[in-house]
Amino acid sequence: MLETGKVLLNEKVGKDIWRMELKCPWIAKKAKPGQFVNVRVKDVAEPLLRRPISLHGIDDANGIISLLYLVVGRGTEMMTHMENGDSIDLLGPLGNGFSTFFHGRRAVIVAGGIGSAPFYPLMEALRKKDKQIKMIYGARDEESLACLDLYEEEGVEMILVTEDGSVGEKGFVTNPLDRLLGEEGADFVYACGPEAMLKAVEGVVEKYHLKGEVSTEARMGCGLGVCLSCSKKAKDGKNRKCCQDGPVFAMGVMDYE
Amino acid sequence: MSKVNLGVNVGGLQMPNPVTTASGTFGSGLEMTEYVDLSRLGAITVKGTTLEPRPGNLQPRCAETPAGMLNSIGLENPGVEVFVKETLPKVAEYGSPIVVNIAGKDIEDYGKVAAILEKEDAVHALEVNVSCPNVKNGGMALGTNPDLVKETAEVVKANTTKPVIMKLSPNVTDIVEVANAAKAGGADGLTLINCLLGMAVDIRTKKPILGNVVGGLSGPAIKPVALRMVYQVHKAVDLPIIGLGGITCWQDAVEFLLAGATAVSIGTANFIDPTVTMKVIDGIEQYLIDNGYNDVHDIIGLAAK
Repeated sequence: MLETGKVLLNEKVGKDIWRMELKCPWIAKKAKPGQFVNVRVKDVAEPLLRRPISLHGIDDANGIISLLYLVVGRGTEMMTHMENGDSIDLLGPLGNGFSTFFHGRRAVIVAGGIGSAPFYPLMEALRKKDKQIKMIYGARDEESLACLDLYEEEGVEMILVTEDGSVGEKGFVTNPLDRLLGEEGADFVYACGPEAMLKAVEGVVEKYHLKGEVSTEARMGCGLGVCLSCSKKAKDGKNRKCCQDGPVFAMGVMDYE
Repeated sequence: MSKVNLGVNVGGLQMPNPVTTASGTFGSGLEMTEYVDLSRLGAITVKGTTLEPRPGNLQPRCAETPAGMLNSIGLENPGVEVFVKETLPKVAEYGSPIVVNIAGKDIEDYGKVAAILEKEDAVHALEVNVSCPNVKNGGMALGTNPDLVKETAEVVKANTTKPVIMKLSPNVTDIVEVANAAKAGGADGLTLINCLLGMAVDIRTKKPILGNVVGGLSGPAIKPVALRMVYQVHKAVDLPIIGLGGITCWQDAVEFLLAGATAVSIGTANFIDPTVTMKVIDGIEQYLIDNGYNDVHDIIGLAAK
């Protein structure tokens, strides 16, 4: 559905990473973790298209959602200039969202870079179901890890990983994931990040015969399932629309190239 | 009841109002029911259909450009048999005329798809895509050659009794020549225009953005080109035109009607505002009332007089 949100907060929380809080009660009521909104930054011909952005916070009681966004181009750059009280045209909630039904209690969350965005509301949902959560959060460097305080408040056990070793373990998220699954096991693994990371994470999860879900991304035209811009190959030979069939897929479904 | 007559006829396709949807920007319509009352559309023009299923092109398939976008979807679709069996009956329930956009890898294919759809009462007209810029065979390769456009129209006409509307490519030097060829082949109407061939480069990776390198440019950026072609063809060729290219509001739609289009089609704008078709229908009606007209025909081609 289309809803006009009011900006309540728009702040820089990391290297090129911003967090926006919006009052939009209808979307906040309907949304579930893993879904996204398609943001019309401004009513202008350029940028023309909406920007698909993951829900980073869902506060149904107060009618508030938050978005964690990486500044990558003109549209997201324009978003950084929005101020409290500004209106923003939203389409959503879109996509399928994560499943929180799995046998057992131990969830492992693997986030790469801005791929951490959808996991905060997922953690809240998992907590309500009395699941135990461990999170492996990797990024290029310390400044690219955002909102660590939020996860600390939730009391989530965190393993930080950076490519340059500026904080936490040096390397990629798959190393601690392999170790964690080997030593302690897990009941379900969630991952979101670049495609190469998702492919590697699925490889590790498969090695331990575990199940999980990935949240994928693609360049989108519409977010509504009509333009087929985000249609990607799956292992069964058929395509899946990232916007509508996803963005969340069971591990083992998508065919990463 | 409408206060003014909005109904138009495009070569035998009777539309209750002059607004339809550009093929490939509206799915089958079923995806849009949360935003649009499908029964209010002048016609639903569905995603391009081919004889065999097509997986479409490599990722990335779209890129944003100034006041527009590039796409290279590559006619991804489940094939005409699946469309007829699974999708068509559901779309037909909404009661709006259904226009099926057809494409093929060669001219023979177009005839076969037309023959399959000929049996379906729910299909009101065929829009023949001889203009897709994103497939190697068929598509634009046909649409830029007047002889092949004529031949394609003839083959489709030989396989159907339904109105045949040829969707032409703007990637030609003389659009009137191609339009005349379509007419000579027996076309009942024309759709103008499909996407302009374009490209975008990523300066970070130093490579083309689209997986298919080139793609079709759509959106407000192409509106002046589209209007010019509608105007030229309206002046020179006696066939009704469905005009499209960058229409994002009712004012744009009125421009196309004034330039000579009998109906208009909304494409890329559906992605930005999925309710836009409804607003355009209302806006055209209000424009007619405000300007003292009681029939949409009163304004068609006024700017070409």
